[in-house]
Amino acid sequence: MKTMFAAFASALLIAVIAQVAYDNAGFSSAERQAASSVRLN
Amino acid sequence: MIRAFLFLIAFTLPAMAQEGVSVDVIPPGGTAPDVQSLDRSATGGAPTLADIMARQQAQREGQDQPVLNDASRAADTGGIGLPITDDLGTLGGASDPELWRGIRFNSIPITTQQRGPAATVLIQDGGMTWLKWRAGPLRIWGGILLLVTLALLALFFVIRGRIRIEGPRTGRTLLRFKTYERFGHWLTAGSFIALAITGLLVLFGRIAFIPLFGAEGWAPVAIASKWVHNNISWAFMIGLVMIFFMWVLQNIPNKDDLIWLARGGGIFGKGHVPARKFNAGQKIIFWIVILGGASLSVSGLSMLFPFELPMFASTFGLLNDWGLPQLVGLGPLPIDLTPQEEMQYSQIWHGIVAFGMTAVIFAHIYLGSVGMEGAYDAMGKGEVEEQWAVEHHSIWAEKIMAERDRPGNAPAE
Ligand code: HEM
Repeated sequence: MKTMFAAFASALLIAVIAQVAYDNAGFSSAERQAASSVRLN
Repeated sequence: MIRAFLFLIAFTLPAMAQEGVSVDVIPPGGTAPDVQSLDRSATGGAPTLADIMARQQAQREGQDQPVLNDASRAADTGGIGLPITDDLGTLGGASDPELWRGIRFNSIPITTQQRGPAATVLIQDGGMTWLKWRAGPLRIWGGILLLVTLALLALFFVIRGRIRIEGPRTGRTLLRFKTYERFGHWLTAGSFIALAITGLLVLFGRIAFIPLFGAEGWAPVAIASKWVHNNISWAFMIGLVMIFFMWVLQNIPNKDDLIWLARGGGIFGKGHVPARKFNAGQKIIFWIVILGGASLSVSGLSMLFPFELPMFASTFGLLNDWGLPQLVGLGPLPIDLTPQEEMQYSQIWHGIVAFGMTAVIFAHIYLGSVGMEGAYDAMGKGEVEEQWAVEHHSIWAEKIMAERDRPGNAPAE
């Protein structure tokens, strides 16, 4: 049971790390689909 | 200004006239002409008034609009900048209608400052087919599959009951799965269940959630589902790789599996069929999880990074070369796909595999928990009752016990 909950917690942790990775990977729609010259930020 | 006004009048007049005509010619409830057999020579293959009326009538009656064979129009798109030695149209070498047909059928080169591979496709028909497929057959057949699977499992439980440990318990246990194995299993299982729930929510939210809780209730659930589905997927992929390397050697088929399958796993009769660490049924589950999971992962990644990982055109090309679609009576599959169609096929495939795997996993969860006494301990504690092991995995159990009991070996704790 302990291992099971540790695995579930790890899944969540991996998900959070994935979010940080997405945010830094330059793969947002804005970054992929539009040039920087048409973005306000 | 005046030109714009005239333009408006010029375009709305015939439209108004058409409305009038359609009401005159086809009274509500009347039958529309058969669109496929219409003579369109007068319009050079373009829709005629009868086509338009048939479409309008279908729309009024809430039916699917008649499908026109527009191959001749699709082929008649001229081209931009044809040499001016050809007949000149309003745009030089190409006429306006040709240009619009080119846009309609996505067959002229379009340049734009907009970045991204999908930006140059202005109209693509696949979108409607896909939308209908997702809202129709996928929901209906996927939903039926899961409900029927649950019903069959309930029926099995009623008929067969819980599979009990038959012999007397020994009180001794055997180590079945080490901690890292159980960790890998639960990483995969936990994330799969989270993905299944959020995937179903995203697919059925519009018809199942909004009517009950309203759009405001649905919005946060949709956002959370999307976050979980996009991000937990990585835990699933990592778990899948772990499961593969941990258990692949023990899941290679051998001759014992044929005997096990021939006797139906002994599920109804008396007595047990010999098995090694994993019986044939479990090996089937293992390979479904590995192959299905890999396929889910790849199609999922292709949707996670839109337009970056197109793979259906090349897959279809391979299948066509092998002659598989032709073998089952399909024509060659399309290999000239727009970026959007690639995404649509990814979603279609992802949905099919996900439903299939979820149904299989229902059965797995059933047998790993309520369905079989003593099974859950294997993944819960890692240790199983010796009698359970002897009954369900006799070849494996005897080997482990022989190792344990070999003189000189410390007794297992
Ligand atoms: C609550 C959910 C689940 C429970 C209670 C459960 C339970 C179990 C148990 C008890 C075993 C060991 C069987 C044995 O000792 O021989 C096992 C094995 C396994 N599980 Fe699960 N499981 C669950 C979900 C999942 C999911 C979602 C997946 C994959 C997507 C999965 C994949 C596997 C695989 C590949 C094996 C090894 C082959 C087999 O025994 O069939 N499990 N599971």
